[in-house]
Amino acid sequence: MKKTEPLIFELSQAGRGATAQYPAPAESGIPESFRRRRRPPLPEVSELQAVRHYTRLSQLNFGIDTHFYPLGSCTMKYNPRVCNSLAMLPGFLGRHPLAPDATGQGMLGCLFELQEMLRHVTGMAGVSLTPMAGAQGEFAGVAMIRAYHRARGDTARNEIIVPDAAHGTNPATATMCGMKVREIASLPDGDVDLDALDAVLSPATAGIMLTNPSTLGVFERRIVKIAKKVHAAGGLLYYDGANLNAILGKVRPGDMGFDVIHMNLHKTFSTPHGGGGPGSGAVGVGKRLLPYRPVPVVGQDGDHYRWLDERDLPESIGRLSGFMGNTGVLLRAWAYMRILGAAGMRRVAEYSTLNANYLLARLTEAGFDAAYPGRRASHEFIVTLKRMARETGVTAMDFAKRLLDHGYHAPTTYFPLLVPECLLIEPTETETREELDGFVDALAAIRREAASDAATVKTAPHTMPVRRLDDVRAARQLDVAWKPASA
Amino acid sequence: MSDIPDDLRYTKSHEWVRTLPDGTIEIGITDHAQQSLGDLVFVEVPEAGRVLAAGDGCAVVESVKAASDVYSPLGGEVIAGNAQLASQPELINQDPYGQGWILRMKPSGRAADVPLDAAGYAAEIATGS
Amino acid sequence: MPYIPHTAEDVRAMLDRIGVDAIDSLFDEIPPALRVEELAGVPAALTEMEVSRLAAGRADQDGRRLNFIGAGAYEHHIPAPVWALATRGEIYSAYTPYQAEASQGTLQMMYEFQSMIAGLTAMDVSNASLYDGASALAEACLMAVRAHRRSKSARILMPTTVNPVWRRVAGVITEGQELALDTVPYDPARGVIDAAALERFQGQDITAIVIQQPNYFGQLEDAEALTRFARANGALVIAAVNPVSLALLTPPGEWGEGGADIACGDAQPFGVPLSSGGPYVGFMACRMEHVRQMPGRIAGRTVDGDGKNGYTLTLQAREQHIRRGKATSNICTNQGLLMTAATIHLALLGPVGLERVASLCAARTRELVASLTALPGVRAAFTGPRFHEAVLRFERPVAPLLEALAEEGIVGGHDLSRDYPELGHGLLVCATETRTPADIELYARTLARLT
Repeated sequence: MKKTEPLIFELSQAGRGATAQYPAPAESGIPESFRRRRRPPLPEVSELQAVRHYTRLSQLNFGIDTHFYPLGSCTMKYNPRVCNSLAMLPGFLGRHPLAPDATGQGMLGCLFELQEMLRHVTGMAGVSLTPMAGAQGEFAGVAMIRAYHRARGDTARNEIIVPDAAHGTNPATATMCGMKVREIASLPDGDVDLDALDAVLSPATAGIMLTNPSTLGVFERRIVKIAKKVHAAGGLLYYDGANLNAILGKVRPGDMGFDVIHMNLHKTFSTPHGGGGPGSGAVGVGKRLLPYRPVPVVGQDGDHYRWLDERDLPESIGRLSGFMGNTGVLLRAWAYMRILGAAGMRRVAEYSTLNANYLLARLTEAGFDAAYPGRRASHEFIVTLKRMARETGVTAMDFAKRLLDHGYHAPTTYFPLLVPECLLIEPTETETREELDGFVDALAAIRREAASDAATVKTAPHTMPVRRLDDVRAARQLDVAWKPASA
Repeated sequence: MSDIPDDLRYTKSHEWVRTLPDGTIEIGITDHAQQSLGDLVFVEVPEAGRVLAAGDGCAVVESVKAASDVYSPLGGEVIAGNAQLASQPELINQDPYGQGWILRMKPSGRAADVPLDAAGYAAEIATGS
Repeated sequence: MPYIPHTAEDVRAMLDRIGVDAIDSLFDEIPPALRVEELAGVPAALTEMEVSRLAAGRADQDGRRLNFIGAGAYEHHIPAPVWALATRGEIYSAYTPYQAEASQGTLQMMYEFQSMIAGLTAMDVSNASLYDGASALAEACLMAVRAHRRSKSARILMPTTVNPVWRRVAGVITEGQELALDTVPYDPARGVIDAAALERFQGQDITAIVIQQPNYFGQLEDAEALTRFARANGALVIAAVNPVSLALLTPPGEWGEGGADIACGDAQPFGVPLSSGGPYVGFMACRMEHVRQMPGRIAGRTVDGDGKNGYTLTLQAREQHIRRGKATSNICTNQGLLMTAATIHLALLGPVGLERVASLCAARTRELVASLTALPGVRAAFTGPRFHEAVLRFERPVAPLLEALAEEGIVGGHDLSRDYPELGHGLLVCATETRTPADIELYARTLARLT
């Protein structure tokens, strides 16, 4: 890979600039007493310098477009280029969010179709597209559960049950919503411990947050029983859609008994991850929660579409964003779903599961330990390197770093926290068999190397722009902003 | 192997307690705890005057990859937090039972009520790991 | 099969290796009663050509209108390199930089963004973005309560000059934490926080005061005096700022004595298209002493094993993947792609270009207000300095007027009658550098014809 690149500030020369971008000078008329004394310390570079700098920075990254990226729980599938091109059509891009609905019928039509498609693939009664990321979708979900209980005068319900394998956002969200978190254990085979569930269910139970397939990469087989128990106790079921890719078109969360679900459009519906965002966390709800959906929601009056707001949904939990959520991301998801169609949705689950089980089979043959042997992989699975770490001192982190040298992005490491020295591997449906084979070969090679030359693995990566970074120094001697020398 | 001084009392959640000559107590986290957390990058200590019940969270220790609450082994009133830890969290790594102390308090109970002695704590971490 | 590369031979060989006879067998752990055989309600597949034609038709239907609305989303020129670069696959299709060595591009851009925001706001540190301005303000309120330990009230003063939607969002997001968001009225003549009303809070336990600058009406608040009031009463200051205006206005870090504690806002005006409301890019900066209470990702500069400079995510122990139920926020992402666009846009404008943009926005808004208030029945609601928005008062309801204007290809402003009924028929208008004198004249002429 390329060498490192200086900071844009280090390229700056006073008096230089991308002057084609400057508008004509004008008198602002802002009174002196309101004005800043010094110009802000922004870089002064030519347009070419800026273009070259950010091109070079991009070349220091791995992306799906450049490398296999089997990051478990993140669904790093191909982001079709056309989805971006269509969302960036000038008619969509130039419209102000507060312009009259009549000027956005094309966009609203796409979003209405998206709402409908998401409703059907999840088996829910209604959808709101407004949450701006998975975590906001979760927030909306728990807030709706809270609103539902309150509206019934059932105000003692302040506990959310979360399995110990859950993603950290689940407990963080529940806490943010003022709920108390009750963690329950998973069984050795990865399923929820029903006895532990029985023990925490009570008149204080507001709901349970579950991912299915779970973050352990296995399908919760007794989900119907769990739903019955939680409902019988007066609680509602929240579905974390992080792993929806595994079951798309094959099983619907609504049919499993879930009352509310968030979908990560940036995972299952292939909108870009963009280096860490934007996400988009549409929520689907069952009948009971329909009135509480976050606004706005797209409504249809005859052949006219309009935003429904607080006036239409007076019991809504309210607004979560300045406008309508991540509209441009929603358009990308719409394009993706229209290209896949009903049959294509099912193929997503089928081929992502095929790829995961194939990888699992090949890695098991190559001597790696499945964390849940005997279980089917869903769209992802966990390999534990505990035995190897004990024998060679080479950890999951070392494996991950050495994989970069082989030209593969690392799987998710050290999550879920339950499984020691784990790699959570999610190949997605868009990878070829050859790519998967190459990945197996790389992991096998690292395993051999760990036995023969552990030092090389433990000091990897060796071919990246930088070697392993000093995270302790980064946290102790915090340097998070460039400052001009004079300041 | 981690260091477990004989003259201290311990909790299952890896705090230690030392009784000082004037009857006040000093609280910190054990050598075993600092080893499993790794290099500490931040410690949040309580302000003097705070009144704690036994089992209350009284401090937070952070490494790069983990954050952990420190629970007060006894109830009482905080006399001082270790201000040096603000700029030198590594003191806990270097000297967990000495310069790495986290807080001093005027306890409402007796240090002898803290559940474990050195042998008990050693047995605890042997089964825990 | 769109985007699925498997040949029939691949499938057969892979199933053999797994030891099952059909793909469906891989779903055998799912109770049969739960499985669906067909997806009703999802249309059949389209080819790329077909979906492109459908989308192009709809985008054309929405067309391109002359826009005079701001109200939290601003139309600025976006330099061509911004999206040409941001949509490079290495940026567009990368994920959160958890493997720092393979993500130095993303991490360095985060560091550059943080540096630019810290510089613009004159604050010590910035995070690498939040969802949008509204949710950033909500997070700032939660952060202030965590950061201000001595204040026990969890009471935040939220003046009515703050964007009403942002206020609502702050209410929704903080609801579970039992914050009190108390309003402070505005001075009806000048459209800024009513200083006399604020005085009534003197001596009370207030956790923080929110100051939006320029405020929702486009008017400039006396941030100096407000910050001094907050300091004198032991309250933190949360600044909600328009980042373009910071080219000209005193930055929050220099307000009053010691500056604001937290600055937040939406960086959408930097390189992010209007796009019917999102995705945008919230930002948040603060004084160093509060950094551990700040939500969101932060990139830090450090060194690698050879002593070479590099970038990594830092202070992660604040975040949900480590702290779980005790995290500063449930947020997992930043707005990476939009943050990238904003960074590139700012690099291209630099201090001089940004100052030109800001000045021209202010000048064009002045011209717009002059042209429209020259018409009978239209007057400015407030006196006093403003940036690039203004409230106009009409003698008749503005909703029908806006519809008629839209028919003529003009998006004439944002109707304030719902959020500020006391203003009568209020209209919030905005002109950025993208509105030419000819555009403004066209608006005035059309309005004259319609009224």
